[in-house]
Amino acid sequence: MTSIILAIVIGLAFGFVLDRVGATNPTIIGRMLNLTNLALAKTILLAIGVGSVLMFGGQILGLVDVGHMSVKAAYIGVFLGGLMLGAGWALAGFCPGTGVVAAGSGRKDALFFIAGGLLGAAAYMVTYPSWKASGLLDSFAGGKVTLGTVPGSKFDGLTALPGDILGLVLGLGFVVLAFALPDRLAGQPGGAAQQPAE
Amino acid sequence: MTLNWKIGGLLLGLVFFAAVLLVKPIGVSTQFVILDGIVADLANPDLVTQTDDGYTSTNAYLAKSGGKYAKSVANPLNYSFIFVLAMVVGGFVSVKMRGGLDQAEKTMPALWRANFGDSAAKRNIAVFIGGFIVLYGARLAGGCTSGHMMSGMMQTSLSGYIFALGAFAAAVPVAMMLYRKEA
Repeated sequence: MTSIILAIVIGLAFGFVLDRVGATNPTIIGRMLNLTNLALAKTILLAIGVGSVLMFGGQILGLVDVGHMSVKAAYIGVFLGGLMLGAGWALAGFCPGTGVVAAGSGRKDALFFIAGGLLGAAAYMVTYPSWKASGLLDSFAGGKVTLGTVPGSKFDGLTALPGDILGLVLGLGFVVLAFALPDRLAGQPGGAAQQPAE
Repeated sequence: MTLNWKIGGLLLGLVFFAAVLLVKPIGVSTQFVILDGIVADLANPDLVTQTDDGYTSTNAYLAKSGGKYAKSVANPLNYSFIFVLAMVVGGFVSVKMRGGLDQAEKTMPALWRANFGDSAAKRNIAVFIGGFIVLYGARLAGGCTSGHMMSGMMQTSLSGYIFALGAFAAAVPVAMMLYRKEA
């Protein structure tokens, strides 16, 4: 029962914040991905940094349970699937999480995203045996690994570096990157507002 | 209306931290499979079956990893599934509190309209195809933007970096090609 209450509380907070940072708006996703407005990229980098610093900092202080970490396996399909997701993300302006929140926010096109997503997931369920047989799902570099070796973690490290300290340093690196990233990398400063009407 | 990135990033980071502190890292895309499984199991009750030590399925994907997906299909009131349903409500509450979404945005986002015109059918077909590719890719990768990229890179997981590299390597050129007009 506790876990259901936590699911409701954290899920509500996640959906709420995703909407407030603009991640449910495909215009904001599109501007990030065509590099004309990187505010959301800065938000994401800062979020990863803050999460990382708090988690690894908490582990070092003994306040956060290392056992709650959950690391996914590395295999060729991760990169291939990433390419596919990226292409669809750019086209639709939604990813799985922001798509469902966008539907809650009243975007009707997000319902078509969810329908397409359910069909895509079903197609993967049916074609999974072929992927399995292809070897593209076979783990490499140790599979479920972190970049350093995290003390007390059930996951191996890619290197022998102390994983918690490395996590703290990389987390701070993400924060620095968030501040260092320019507001835009492509297009005209000021954007459409300064362009004459076509 | 959209939060400043410093405040937004801090809040989003706190949510990801709270999840891993209290339960486990956030992930979403698996729940598309679980919902598919729930629907398919209603149509064909032989899809997911109970065994002596858990659950299994006639579908190899649901049966993998000791039937953990089959178990979630058989027990929809689990943490991860309820989490995603709560996300929908969170989005609804946020929009209501900021005064609702305007009618034009409900049909399609401004950037799409500026580049591809007013046809809702065209937008919906494109988004449906996008959704198919996104979820097929996410399941092939074993996670999505939340699970692989954000939760993964936050935990310094190698797979999170590989996923993010692939996602942006495709997303940036596709977006630059599609959205030439700014809005």
